[in-house]
Amino acid sequence: MVGDAISHAVLPGIVIAFLLTNTRDSFEMIIGAALLGIFCTFLIEFFHKRAKLQTDAAIGVTFTWLFALGVILISVFAGQVDLDQECVLYGEIAYVPIDLWITDSGQNMGPRALYIASLTLILIILFIRVGFKQLYLTTFDPAFAATTGVSVALWNYLLMGSVSMTTVAAFDSVGAILVVALLVGPAATAYLLTDNFKKMMLITALIAIIISILGYYLAVLLDGSIAGAVVTVAGLLFALAYLFSPSQGLLTKKFQRKQINELSPDAS
Amino acid sequence: MKIEAKDPVVEFHDLTVSYDRKPVLWNIDMTLPQGALIGIIGPNGAGKSTLIKSAMGLLPLGSGYVKMFDKPLDKVRHKVSYVPQRETVDWDFPTSVLDVVLMGRYAKLGLLTRPRKADKEMAMNCLRKVGMETYIDRQISQLSGGQQQRVFLARALAQEADLYFMDEPFAGVDAATEAAILAIMQEMTAKGKTVIVVHHDLQSAAEFFDWIVLLNMRLVASGPIDKVFNNEMLQETYGGKLTVLAEIGELVRKRQIPSREKY
Amino acid sequence: METFKEFFSFSDPSIVAVVVGAVLLTASSAVVGTFTFLKKKALVGDAVAHSVLPGICLAFILSGTKNPVWMIIGAFITGWLSLVIIDHITTKSKIKEDTAIALILSVFFGIGILMLTNIQHSGNAAQTGLDSFLFGKAAALVGKDLIVFGAVAVILIVTVALFFKELKLIAFDSNYAKAMGIPVKWLDLLLTSLTVLAVVTGIQAVGVVLMAAMLITPAAAARFWTNDVFKMTLIAAIMGGISGLSGAYVSYVAPAMPTGPWIVMIISVIAIVSFFIAPKRGIFSRSLQQRKLQRLIMDENLLKELYHLGEKDRDPYKGRTVAEIIEERFFPKKPLKAALRRLKRQGFLKEKTGEWSYTEVGKQKGQRVVKLHRLWELYLSKYMKIAPDHVHEDAETIEHIITPELEETLERMLEYPEFDPHEEKIPY
Repeated sequence: MVGDAISHAVLPGIVIAFLLTNTRDSFEMIIGAALLGIFCTFLIEFFHKRAKLQTDAAIGVTFTWLFALGVILISVFAGQVDLDQECVLYGEIAYVPIDLWITDSGQNMGPRALYIASLTLILIILFIRVGFKQLYLTTFDPAFAATTGVSVALWNYLLMGSVSMTTVAAFDSVGAILVVALLVGPAATAYLLTDNFKKMMLITALIAIIISILGYYLAVLLDGSIAGAVVTVAGLLFALAYLFSPSQGLLTKKFQRKQINELSPDAS
Repeated sequence: MKIEAKDPVVEFHDLTVSYDRKPVLWNIDMTLPQGALIGIIGPNGAGKSTLIKSAMGLLPLGSGYVKMFDKPLDKVRHKVSYVPQRETVDWDFPTSVLDVVLMGRYAKLGLLTRPRKADKEMAMNCLRKVGMETYIDRQISQLSGGQQQRVFLARALAQEADLYFMDEPFAGVDAATEAAILAIMQEMTAKGKTVIVVHHDLQSAAEFFDWIVLLNMRLVASGPIDKVFNNEMLQETYGGKLTVLAEIGELVRKRQIPSREKY
Repeated sequence: METFKEFFSFSDPSIVAVVVGAVLLTASSAVVGTFTFLKKKALVGDAVAHSVLPGICLAFILSGTKNPVWMIIGAFITGWLSLVIIDHITTKSKIKEDTAIALILSVFFGIGILMLTNIQHSGNAAQTGLDSFLFGKAAALVGKDLIVFGAVAVILIVTVALFFKELKLIAFDSNYAKAMGIPVKWLDLLLTSLTVLAVVTGIQAVGVVLMAAMLITPAAAARFWTNDVFKMTLIAAIMGGISGLSGAYVSYVAPAMPTGPWIVMIISVIAIVSFFIAPKRGIFSRSLQQRKLQRLIMDENLLKELYHLGEKDRDPYKGRTVAEIIEERFFPKKPLKAALRRLKRQGFLKEKTGEWSYTEVGKQKGQRVVKLHRLWELYLSKYMKIAPDHVHEDAETIEHIITPELEETLERMLEYPEFDPHEEKIPY
């Protein structure tokens, strides 16, 4: 849920970075978003600790406020900011190819978003490669991790930082709300399919690729938002895994129980 | 009654620990001996888990300090291992028995390095010791309570520490596991390692431990089992709460008194 | 300024309609939100809010109109469905609640966006304005819409009023309520339906995206002003109403502006200000209490040290200079002088040519602190078997908090002792 909060809260950071630099340059945007991401986590902690506000409400109040601030900034500076309210909500991946990166010498390097996304992907993979053990340990058993000298707080902040970064990178394409589905959906689906952490990461990546491709065709078919379609497919895949996963599926379990009952008719 | 250990591995000095400012442990001051199987005993809410959590730096200390091997914890972390209570982790986590035990090796590995073959062999050895070697690929939610506890013990063994803190390792385990865990602990102490165990069953405590710490918000007794494990001491530990202490604790919390004064 | 007067004179009947509508919508969500807040289910409201979007779109696709009745029915169905699914996933699989909420929220919203964009691209002329559900548009609230949404808002408030007692009980302790024979399941169902309905109506003013704030924020703000559920509900409703009113105003003066974010901005500012300035629970008030406490401790310590000085030369009423006091125990000079002046004002000390001495009450108070200190030291060593050289530190803190009742208990338990563990006399 904190991922949801952060993805909403980075909006004002992005808008302010836009206003200050007047460019769609990714670097300032990432800085702005990261700062707001940290600010958001800090505010939630602050309201919770200092004002003794219950956690769920602290999260809810903070991120809706920051998101509202972001949208207001966009409408106030509508003329100057190359963003609109709809883009914030569901992005427009279809326009990505139009936003090209032209070098100073005038050479066309292709869509800018492609570079941003690739860079993010590389950074995230590096981060996981370097910190795999620490991330694994601090998520599974923070108390044990702390006693072996691993800083739980540090790794949590790093993880949240990478969430902010992914959010910014995905912002143009899918917007603030739908990115949550991309963060959670494939992982939750994979979680139902395997018990193995490494396999889970591979399956997550695979599902992510599948939903983008299928989502694109669904969008073309229905003439609708690509981001919306990708998320719809993500939901469908989750539903399939929820019902039919070989080990966890609801219907699979029911079917197995039925079989067992048929094998031993005495048991009720 | 308090008996000091001869050459102590752990020293608690005037330790006071608070939860949300309410003191739950008052002035714990004791030393514990090397190579002993030590039981921390006391009624519910006596602060047993709090004591070892604060020793491991998981809770902020109100005042006082804990030293291990005559040094602060940060200097000797590699020699100290902690086994949390079983319920504190999410057993649905997508991980296998072997992976959990390998976590015990992480502290010895750097950032980038993966567990090597030697680490895996080491982990396998530990699993063999606790009798779980046939379960290495099992997802941890599919284990029984006793088996989960054995896996936790194997992870601690894989750390190759000299001092072990274990929070209720005998809680909710079957008789076979209990015997197996006890045998391993005895083997460890025979090798000169020190094992400190939070335990709530008086009956078995008499058989398990060689050194007993009796706790009820304050230290009632600490010493070799034959000296302190008697009716009088148990009466003092279990016989009624210190209402004054509890009331003061409540007042401290309500009025948000700073635990130490500014000047 | 002109528009301000124009708006708040309410001379234009359409303004009155918009204002009444916006206030009703926001206030009714705040009322329902109070209970979701108390049940610690604030984020569930967020899930419902996002999940109504596909329902609205579906209602439009099926009916072909923006008839509010259809919209409410559609939104109600998908909002409800999302909660059922979240509940199902959490209980039937190993997936945790927060993951389920995040997933369902975003997937439903994604489906909604897909439908919405599909409708927009279909070129159906009736669809214009459908996207105002995203960010809300209070000014669009006219005619039939106003009557329908207003009616729902009134129903919400009346229902909460009718079941107030029961809702309060299940929010506080649902197991106890169940044991008492109150139909908890039915009431939970009622509260869920109310939440969904509140969302459905509220989105007209605030929009889908920020609707969660209308449930959570007024309740969170109100919580800081009272400890009474009824008053809290009332305050939340008023705060919600104020933000709704301002939203209507923004919508009136700047029609291009999305209303929702402004309403949320205003209620958030109200809430954040409340977090700081509310009496008792607010951050300022808390730190003020801390400061007061620090001062009290300082005062008591000072009186105690004067008593110690008096013990030494057997003259408790003798005047002492600042230097003498600092020699007995170190205090930084500035707070020390402030404390001396404070104690003089309160009648505990007298001052004569730079020398400070006890009044009668001052001596009484100093003596009591010393007594409590030594009683506690004795208690620690006698009942907790703590060595006499380890008890002083603790007593330094505890001496300031022992109540007269505890003092009496201690005296009785220790049988009115004469000396503390350091052989110092306990003064009575």
